[in-house]
Amino acid sequence: MRPDRLRVIGFSALLGLAFLFLWQALVGMQPAGRGIPGPLAVAATAAQMLAHPFYNNGPNDKGIGLQLAASLGRLGIGWVVASVVAIMGGVVLGLSPTLYRAVNPYVQVLKPISPLAWMPLFLYTIKDSSQSAILVIFMSSLWPTLANTAFGVATIKRDYLNVAAILQLSWSRRLVTVILPAAAPAIVAGLRISIGSAWVAIVAAEMLIGGTGIGYFVWNEWNNLALTSVIFAILAIGLIGVLLDAALGRLSRRLAYTE
Amino acid sequence: MSYLEIDHVTKLFPATEGPGEVCVFRDVNFKIEQGEFVTMVGHSGCGKSTLLNIIAGLERPSAGGVVLEGREIRHPGMDRMVVFQNFSLMPWMTVFDNIRLAVRAAHPAWRRAAVDQFVQRYVDMVGLRGAERKRPAALSGGMRQRVGLARAFSTEPKVLLLDEPFAQIDALTRGVIQDELVRMWTASRSTVFMVTHDVDEAIVLSDRVALMTSGPEARLAELIDVKLPRPRSRAELLDDPEYLRLRAQILRFLVDSARPASDVRAGAGFGASKTPLAPDAAPAPTSLAGMTSQA
Repeated sequence: MRPDRLRVIGFSALLGLAFLFLWQALVGMQPAGRGIPGPLAVAATAAQMLAHPFYNNGPNDKGIGLQLAASLGRLGIGWVVASVVAIMGGVVLGLSPTLYRAVNPYVQVLKPISPLAWMPLFLYTIKDSSQSAILVIFMSSLWPTLANTAFGVATIKRDYLNVAAILQLSWSRRLVTVILPAAAPAIVAGLRISIGSAWVAIVAAEMLIGGTGIGYFVWNEWNNLALTSVIFAILAIGLIGVLLDAALGRLSRRLAYTE
Repeated sequence: MSYLEIDHVTKLFPATEGPGEVCVFRDVNFKIEQGEFVTMVGHSGCGKSTLLNIIAGLERPSAGGVVLEGREIRHPGMDRMVVFQNFSLMPWMTVFDNIRLAVRAAHPAWRRAAVDQFVQRYVDMVGLRGAERKRPAALSGGMRQRVGLARAFSTEPKVLLLDEPFAQIDALTRGVIQDELVRMWTASRSTVFMVTHDVDEAIVLSDRVALMTSGPEARLAELIDVKLPRPRSRAELLDDPEYLRLRAQILRFLVDSARPASDVRAGAGFGASKTPLAPDAAPAPTSLAGMTSQA
C-alpha cells in the first residue's frame, strides 16, 4: 500500500467523523422530540432493523432486507432484459452507419425522457404495478447501453474486422470472438451508467406503485413520521448503489485491454 | 498461365477535396510464380499497400483484376493471409489464442487437442514458448510480429501478403525476424508478396523486386531479378558486388522517382527536394544529377 493511500483513508475517516459530530451537535440544540433525528438515534434504529432484516408482518411491515431484495429483484430483471436488448440493438447500429444515423434522432429524443414519465402508459396498458416498475427500470437502463454499444462497435479498429474477414469467421464467431470483446470496454461503461440510473429510478417508481421495495419503504416510513428509518434507508440505498457500481467496475477491469 | 496474376489493375479513390477521383496507380500488370518471393518497393503514396489489400480481397480494384490459380479474387479468403505492419493482433487475446483463432478457422473440423497441438508447434517455431499466455501488449514489437507471422503461417496459406511487416521493429531485431520469415517460407514453399520501404530488406528476401513510380498515377516501372544464391547471409552480402549493384540501382530509381511535383507527399520518402539527395545509408553514388528516370 502506498503511504499516500493511508493519508487519504485517514483524512476521509476524519471528514466523516467531523460530519457526524456536527450533525449530532446541531440536533442537540433542537428542542427535544422535534426536528431531524441525530446520528445516534439513526444508529439505534439501524441496529434494530439490521437485527431482523427479513421479518414479515404483513404488507405494511416488512424488514429492510426484504424491501431491498424486492427492489434488487426488479432492478435485476429490468436491467438484464434492457441490457440484452440494448447490446443486440447497439451491435446492429454500430455495424451499419446508415442505420445508426437513421435511428440516432429518435434515440436522442427518447434518451432525455425521465423513465418515470412512461409510468402512466405502462400502468394503463399492462395494468400491473409491479411489472410497470420493471418496465420503468427497463427504460432507464436501455439508452446508455444502447448508445455506448453502438459507439463501441462503430469504432472497432478496421484491422480487427479485416483479420476476421480474412479468417472468414462465421457471423456468430465474428460476434463472439471479435466484435463483442473489442467493444467490451465501451459496453461495460454503458452497463455501469445504466445500472446507476436504474437504481436511481427504482426508488421513485416504488414510491408511486407502493407494495414492496425500498422506495415504498421510504415513503411508508415518512407517512409513519419515522425519520430515523428514512435516513437509514437513504444510507442503505447509497451503499447498495456503491456495491452495484463496484461490481461492474471489476467487470470493466477484467474486460479492459491495451492495444 | 501464371500462379498469381495482377492483371492491369487500376485504383481510383474519391478526391479528399472537391469532386472527382484521384488515381493512385494505373494499369499495374505482373505475374508471380508459385513459391516465388516478390517485393514491391516505392515511395509512400504509390499505392503499394492498396495493391496488397486488393490481392487480399479487402479492397476492390477500380479496373482490372487479380487472378489466383485461374480464379478471380473478389473477397478475402483463407488462401491469402496478411501480415500487417501494425501486427493487428487481437489485444484481448493471449498469444496462444491469437494463433488458435486462425488455426480453428483453417481447420473447423479438428478436435480441440489437435488444434492446440498445432498452435503450440507454431508458437515454438517462432520462439515464443513461455509467452503463450501473455497478451500482445506485454510483448515487444518484434515478438508481436512473430505472433503475426505464426498466425499467418499456421493456416498454411497459398499466398502470404506482407504489408511492411518489419517497419515497426527495431533494426537489430528486424534481421533476426527476417531470417525466421525466410526459414518458414522455405519450409512452407508458399508464395509471398511483400511491400516495403526498405531496399536492403527487399533484396535480401526477394526473388524479384517490383519498383513503383511515385503516386498519384503511379505505375509499375520495373521488375528486377535478384540473382543472389540462397541461403543468403547478411554478412556475406555486404561485400557482394551483385548485391551492391542491385542496391544502387534501386536506390537510384527511388531518388529519381521522387517527383518534384509531389514534394509534399513524397516528403516521407527517400528524397523529396528537387536536388536529388542520397539517403544516409546509400553507398553515395557519385552524381545523381541529370540521371534520367528509368520509368
